[in-house]
Amino acid sequence: MSSIKIRTKRFEGKTQIRTLITHPMETGRSKDPKTNQPIPAHFIRELKLSHNGKAVMNCQVGMSISKDPYFAFMLKGGEPGDQIKIEWVDNLGNKDSEEHVLK
Amino acid sequence: MTTRRSFLKKSLAFSACSFASTLGLLAPPKVFAEWRVENFKQVPLEESLKRLFKDQKITESKDIEIKIPLIAENGAIVPITVSSSLPGVRAVSIFVAKNPVPLAVRFELSPDLDPFVSARLKMAETSEVIAVAETDRGFYSARQLVKVTIGGCGG
Repeated sequence: MSSIKIRTKRFEGKTQIRTLITHPMETGRSKDPKTNQPIPAHFIRELKLSHNGKAVMNCQVGMSISKDPYFAFMLKGGEPGDQIKIEWVDNLGNKDSEEHVLK
Repeated sequence: MTTRRSFLKKSLAFSACSFASTLGLLAPPKVFAEWRVENFKQVPLEESLKRLFKDQKITESKDIEIKIPLIAENGAIVPITVSSSLPGVRAVSIFVAKNPVPLAVRFELSPDLDPFVSARLKMAETSEVIAVAETDRGFYSARQLVKVTIGGCGG
């Protein structure tokens, strides 16, 4: 199952895009409460949003973003059938992407 | 096994490939910046701002609105929405002044997107949150103090 959930809502000629990503977003500064060992950093570094194959947003993410990050954007226009794609890459090289079709 | 014929074929294909890439046919158009480690170093806020914006002048502006709870009960999840009525916003960066790494996130927006972004921040302690909008005419910022009652770093 994809780690990305995308929800969209169209109103007044605009489209709100909301996304929720399942990711630990470890800063590398906290410790495991059981073993007292530091937990290595593991966080999303880049997030990309495309609309009908055209990149519309690129986002550089740091450790100060919460676990299971949530982002929302406002797209100008957007028609039913348009394709929205969100991709992320983390600091360990893991990646995922998800596509969504506007209703 | 590499025969002379297949070698010739391969080398021809390879040279065609490299020729195409030099013309920029294969490489995607580079519009957006890459993730850079120096922007996400553990430095004080001023240093972080300087690294990202060089010596650009950043003016305080009322046209940037930060929507964030004034008192955050849980510093691990602080919802924030930054919106702006400034024209031609190319990027929005969010900083948490007292976090070990002040730069939380930097959104590079194409003209297809409105300057309206939401995210959830981690905040180590009570601190100012600063949003910087990069526009064609200059750099503008807004700030808001957020009180954190429980820290975001396992505290």
